[in-house]
Amino acid sequence: MTETVITADKLTKKFGDFIATNEISFEVKKGEIFGFLGANGAGKTTAMRMFCGLLMPSSGAASVAGFDVYKQTEQIKKSIGYMSQRFSLYEDLTVKENIRFYAGIYGMSRSAIKEKSVLLLNQLNLSGEVNTLVKSLPLGWKQKLAFSVAIFHEPKIVFLDEPTGGVDPITRREFWNLIYQAAERGITIFVTTHYMDEAEYCNRVSIMVDGKIEALDTPRNLKKTYAAKSMDEVFLQLVRGAKRGE
Amino acid sequence: MPSIAVENIIKKYGSKKEPVTALDDVSLEVSKGELFGVIGPDGAGKTSLFRILTTLLLADSGTATVDGFDVVKQYKEIRNRIGYMPGKFSLYQDLTVEENLRFFATIFNTSIQENYELIKEIYVQIEPFKDRRAGKLSGGMKQKLALCCALIHRPSVLFLDEPTTGVDAVSRKEFWEMLKALKQQGISILVSTPYMDEAELCDRVALIQSGKIMSIDMPQHIIQKFTKTMWSVRSAEMVRLLNDLQHYSNTEKCYAFGEFHHLVLKNESGGKDEILQYLQHLAHHEIELHLAQPNIEDCFIELMGNNKS
Amino acid sequence: MKQFIIFVRKEFYHIFRDRKSLLIIIMMPVVQIILFGFALTNEIKDSNIAILDNSKDVATAEIIHRLDASRYFSVARNLNTQKDIETAFKTGKIRLVVVFQPGFQQTLLHTNHAQVQLIADATDPNTATTVTNYATNIIRDYQNDLNVLVATPYMIAPQIRMLYNPQLKGAYNFVPGVMAMILIIISAMMTSVSIVREKEINTMEVLLVSPLKPLLFILSKAIPYMFLSLVNVSTILIVSVTLLEVPINGSLLLLMLEALLFITTAVSLGLMISNVTASQQTAQMISLLGLMLPTLLLGGFMFPIESMPKPLQFMSNLVPSKWFFIIVKNVMIKGLGFKMIWKETLILLGMTLFFLSISLSKFKTRLA
Repeated sequence: MTETVITADKLTKKFGDFIATNEISFEVKKGEIFGFLGANGAGKTTAMRMFCGLLMPSSGAASVAGFDVYKQTEQIKKSIGYMSQRFSLYEDLTVKENIRFYAGIYGMSRSAIKEKSVLLLNQLNLSGEVNTLVKSLPLGWKQKLAFSVAIFHEPKIVFLDEPTGGVDPITRREFWNLIYQAAERGITIFVTTHYMDEAEYCNRVSIMVDGKIEALDTPRNLKKTYAAKSMDEVFLQLVRGAKRGE
Repeated sequence: MPSIAVENIIKKYGSKKEPVTALDDVSLEVSKGELFGVIGPDGAGKTSLFRILTTLLLADSGTATVDGFDVVKQYKEIRNRIGYMPGKFSLYQDLTVEENLRFFATIFNTSIQENYELIKEIYVQIEPFKDRRAGKLSGGMKQKLALCCALIHRPSVLFLDEPTTGVDAVSRKEFWEMLKALKQQGISILVSTPYMDEAELCDRVALIQSGKIMSIDMPQHIIQKFTKTMWSVRSAEMVRLLNDLQHYSNTEKCYAFGEFHHLVLKNESGGKDEILQYLQHLAHHEIELHLAQPNIEDCFIELMGNNKS
Repeated sequence: MKQFIIFVRKEFYHIFRDRKSLLIIIMMPVVQIILFGFALTNEIKDSNIAILDNSKDVATAEIIHRLDASRYFSVARNLNTQKDIETAFKTGKIRLVVVFQPGFQQTLLHTNHAQVQLIADATDPNTATTVTNYATNIIRDYQNDLNVLVATPYMIAPQIRMLYNPQLKGAYNFVPGVMAMILIIISAMMTSVSIVREKEINTMEVLLVSPLKPLLFILSKAIPYMFLSLVNVSTILIVSVTLLEVPINGSLLLLMLEALLFITTAVSLGLMISNVTASQQTAQMISLLGLMLPTLLLGGFMFPIESMPKPLQFMSNLVPSKWFFIIVKNVMIKGLGFKMIWKETLILLGMTLFFLSISLSKFKTRLA
């Protein structure tokens, strides 16, 4: 039995009368690629913020990397990585400075940072760009670099919020290769996306509608259950009935 | 007369020493009443093209006309007759739905009543919330309101720069249905998107990458031009499968594609059996293998590969 | 015209729906005026004064009595010689020394004309002016009481000497000063920020693509903030007249017109800032550092310009606030008419036209 790294049990978040996340329950195993789908405003961001220790739940229980989301948010933050399409790297810092900064935040030693960044830059073919400002890198490279930086400190779990938005199809696949490699090393991937083909790359997928998890299974089983040809169809069937927006 | 005509447009940014080419000799034509898609990733030059056509930016060289008017010399005429929804357009968050719409109607010298017929089908969906502030609307509703605002003066050409970016699959579908309805009204639409699957919803598309147009045609024609045989492969271990296929000596190209991997071979003579043999040899099980119908994304990947080499 | 009206209305929606900012805009002048004002009025009560009575007669005794009996003063010391004055200021907490000439009453009765000298410590110019004003009024009261009984009026002429700061820089300065500062901040910063915000949320692109004329855009942006600034001028005037008893000695209409001119200057500066900036923070920073600091430092009401080095004196001429400050001081405090401030008005008008023409000609009808 592999280790469970995320558990949620009837996790709920209310903002006043508004129930953003309504009693969601699931488990994510170590090394799993877990797709977290839902329409805009279904409550994905709220749930993700609770798992990252940024938002206190209203009720229910959850633990991330074995730590409680109510009491042990500091420990949680040390064991996770985070990357989103909107915020990732500092555009006005160089590649090297960004790596040093993020690794420094997680308390990595100077020598460890040095050693690891050489490896990383080789792997990404970025060795020649160490002193380039991030803003002058092509978007695809930025996103790949941002992901690598997010897992630089070897977190147990990495949360990816629409990491591939607007990226070209080849780079998008290269990005997913990085995700696979990380998962094989035992890092758990928790990812949101609007690309339905990417949902197929996940081990399991959950689909949120109006604050609740309406479906959770492997892409294959989901398609079977909903008699759909693709994840796109599954998603449409479930989300068409959604009532609320953001 | 075409609604939009672009000829040899070049646009560079940055310093003279290190110019960044946003648009590299781009030419295209959009006919009246056409729904034309500019498909490409971020940074491909889509927004620069839109800004040049909406007279917000001057090209370094080349010419362009919108509705027959030159984008440089006759920009005022153009501004009177086009609708434009910039990327990440967010309306006035602190104004209500109705106030936003009324404001844009007046700015374009018209009123909501005058062209209500045109926006009616879209507007009725958000009308129940007309006293709500735009900042409190959902993503999908904001997008509908933004579209209403861009349409309120009955433009002859509509420019939509990445209207579906960051929007969920359902709202995206709804949005494209609205565009189809608008086309019936005779409005020419130029729309850009990074989502390849949306290409098939356009009459014609231009695939754009690094400032260059790689292909312009009807989506089905672009797909027809993909003459190579393509296989769909899956097995119980998808990650290992991809790796193994990429290292297969007869593989020209192999990449993940939804629940399958798409595979193009260098030499087709061995056929299906040869692949199966190779995979069984590597102890893959639950293997599925069949011929695949390429789509725009496959074409895009193929064209990108051609451009790089 | 309809475009213009709906645009201005939209701006007012923005202003009124951002309650916090609106509250700050409305309250800032009041708070500033009151803060400055109380620092001033609190100290005047029961100020210690010293008397050098070289006459020691009934008249001087009566005046001294009246001074001491008023709530403003209490006689703390009686001095004997001229020399004692300096030491009184230096050692005691003396605000004012009243010196009677020898034979005060006799001179007054025979020549109908006597002199009393008021010497104030003008290191704190605001207080110095106020105490001498109060003392003068008390002496004038006494004089008026005497004159009820006689045919030829007696004249007591107080001669005022300001020690240590004879030019009295700073007296009543804060009202014109705060006015200049508030107007610069509100008009320039708010105008620039509201334009730059349109750039940030990309509505600017749509407005540029629309048939809306640039001039109309600029006017619609400027008018609401000009209106708000006029409201501010009014609050400042009301607060200073009612709470602080700083009178408006000159023409109110002239004062308002001059304020309107200065608001236009500030708004055109705001337009210039918005032309060169792309983010609200930058616009704010430039407004604060580029406009408010020069107003504070070189506007003439915090630090006397005359005592600055020549280069700074020259630079102060380029600060519009300096001219507005002079205008307000002359009209409001000194009660002078347009004849005395036409030069300053002309300079301000020239600056405004200069800034306005630059910002209009540089206004971009495209993005780059």
